[in-house]
Amino acid sequence: MATMGSHYDFGRFGSERLSFSPRQADLLMVMGTIAKKMAPVLKQVYLQMAEPRWVMAVGACASSGGIFDTYSVLQGIDEIIPVDVYVPGCPPRPEAILDGFGKIQELVRNESSRRRNSDQYKELLASYGIL
Amino acid sequence: MAENKNQELIQVLTEKFGDKIIGVQEPYGLLTFETTKDVISEVLKFLKEDGATNFNFLTDITAVHYPGKKHGIAVVYHLHSMVNKVRVRVKVFIDEHHPSIPTATTLWRGANWMERETYDFFGVKFEGHPDLRRILNMDDLGVHPMLKQYPLEDPNRVDKKDEYFGR
Amino acid sequence: MNNQPVYTDNDPQSELVTLNLGPTHPATHGVFQNVLQLDGERIVSGVSTIGYIHRAFEKIAEHRPFYQITPLTDRLNYCSSPINNMGWHMTVEKLLNIQMPKRVDYLRVIIMELSRISDHIICNTIIAQDTGATTTFLYLFQFREHIYEIYEEICGARLTTNIGRIGGFERDFNDIAFAKINKFLKEFPVALREFENLLNRNRIFIDRTAGVAKVTAETALNYSWTGPLLRATGVDYDVRVSEPYSSYQDFDFEVPVGTSGDIYDRYLVRNEEMWQSVRLIEQAMQKLKNEPAGIFHADVPDFYLPAKEEVYNNMEALIYHFKIVMGEIDAPKAEVYHAVEGGNGELGFYLINDGGRTPYRLHFRRPSFINYQMFAKMSEGMLLSDAIINMSSMNIIAGELDA
Repeated sequence: MATMGSHYDFGRFGSERLSFSPRQADLLMVMGTIAKKMAPVLKQVYLQMAEPRWVMAVGACASSGGIFDTYSVLQGIDEIIPVDVYVPGCPPRPEAILDGFGKIQELVRNESSRRRNSDQYKELLASYGIL
Repeated sequence: MAENKNQELIQVLTEKFGDKIIGVQEPYGLLTFETTKDVISEVLKFLKEDGATNFNFLTDITAVHYPGKKHGIAVVYHLHSMVNKVRVRVKVFIDEHHPSIPTATTLWRGANWMERETYDFFGVKFEGHPDLRRILNMDDLGVHPMLKQYPLEDPNRVDKKDEYFGR
Repeated sequence: MNNQPVYTDNDPQSELVTLNLGPTHPATHGVFQNVLQLDGERIVSGVSTIGYIHRAFEKIAEHRPFYQITPLTDRLNYCSSPINNMGWHMTVEKLLNIQMPKRVDYLRVIIMELSRISDHIICNTIIAQDTGATTTFLYLFQFREHIYEIYEEICGARLTTNIGRIGGFERDFNDIAFAKINKFLKEFPVALREFENLLNRNRIFIDRTAGVAKVTAETALNYSWTGPLLRATGVDYDVRVSEPYSSYQDFDFEVPVGTSGDIYDRYLVRNEEMWQSVRLIEQAMQKLKNEPAGIFHADVPDFYLPAKEEVYNNMEALIYHFKIVMGEIDAPKAEVYHAVEGGNGELGFYLINDGGRTPYRLHFRRPSFINYQMFAKMSEGMLLSDAIINMSSMNIIAGELDA
């Protein structure tokens, strides 16, 4: 929340509008710990996004389970969805989130427009069970 | 001051319930006593409604698992009398293989989720609870995780290398 | 609970809509789910589901030594994490019977009141934002930045502070920290006054919040509500007054109480608590001048981790450090319950110690969890938009809800 406040101001990097619906969004930022109960919900949100879509795992818990190595916590969201950028930290500083966002913008800028139809990408999605 | 109130409280309780009140202690000034599960409803009702004791506020319900003991699960109630500024802790030891105890939701509606959490973690069945199901864990977890025999980590993890963790 | 649509008399107009106010929703500030049945705009019934961020804190706490549980308590109510940290430290100090010097108590009061202000800023600005007044959120949020900077001066972290030690603080507050606190005390009242001027007598805000979600004191007590929600219904229960900890009895402050328990009262109670917190911080800064400078921890080398320079140079400090880290401290085998006044109500720690390195059982009495159970019952008969503001006025923090 502080990243979007006026001091660090996420808006100046292009993400002025937080989309309330995944169907209209380009980037999914997953923040906070994802429990196993939440995993199917997260997968459904990801599936509702239209291509091209990117995923940023913000925080240690979203990247790898963080300090919570317990029976109820999903050890990293890359067990269920493909992730593009990981931002470590617990919690990550606003500057780190902005840096991660800069990396996403670099990925977007340099991505080939045929990537989403390539065999490699289809294989990646198939490995997660997404058609 | 607080000791007087605790002494009075214990006197009143032993007058009413006799030898069902056992194990009276006062760790850090907080009166703690044990009772049995067949009188727990009356004890709680008495504590709540009697004009002198007036424990109108249920602070918390939780449980503790003692694996070695005969009655292995202790259900712990914390009550608070805001008028008299007194707290009390009531413990009931129940059998860990068939844990069941009458519910407190008839006295305090706030006991609803507290008892669901205790059921979720320890498997304690509260008789008479309107909707006893798991609240925090997944419904298909199968076990009651806070019992001492279950490990902290997920036993099905395949990606953790044991030699890094000293096992 | 039957969530199937109910048809009556084949009248297509009276079909109920099942709405999933799901775990990922912009209106719910956290991950919890409500499945509501609506008749038009009016809610007929609802079922709450929580546990989407359940991290098994109580189980983890059985595997961590006492000083390692502090980062865990941070993540309970992460909007006001110093209160959780201090509450945990006070619980352990109660177990070990450590008396704190007054200066440490006053420093703790400053930090706890700053975090209470931080929590109430979030709650009140989010109530305003949910009614549509988005400006106020931006006006007051920069003061959360200032509070974060104060925490950063003292402990190095912004949000999950892990502030303090069992026995005091890890370092003294330096001059920069005091300068920042003084600056905050000058600027925040001005902004809070502006915030109140925008909303307190605002016709739209009052229409949306006054008279909505009224709760009587008996119902609130029956549902074990605590904190600003209970005080808005008329019961003046505040743990800082009823069982003072950390020298709160030396301070002069009032406990604001509402009358009808509706959302407007809760908003006003939280606002007034912020004013009282400012008053408390000013009094604490005043009292600090009378205390001998430089004391920032209790003189209990058995339990307080010594400073690193000492550990590397001094043999006794090394031995104490080793004993504490290895868990060879002689903590009594006892059980203790300690409550502090968190941002949402009575945050209780029930600790059973069996003499080992880690607690035998640690239970957190989390106010958000207990306050939230009434939500489904309370929203029956309400309009959907009122239920949303009701939820944000209850200030449910998902970390505290699930633990």
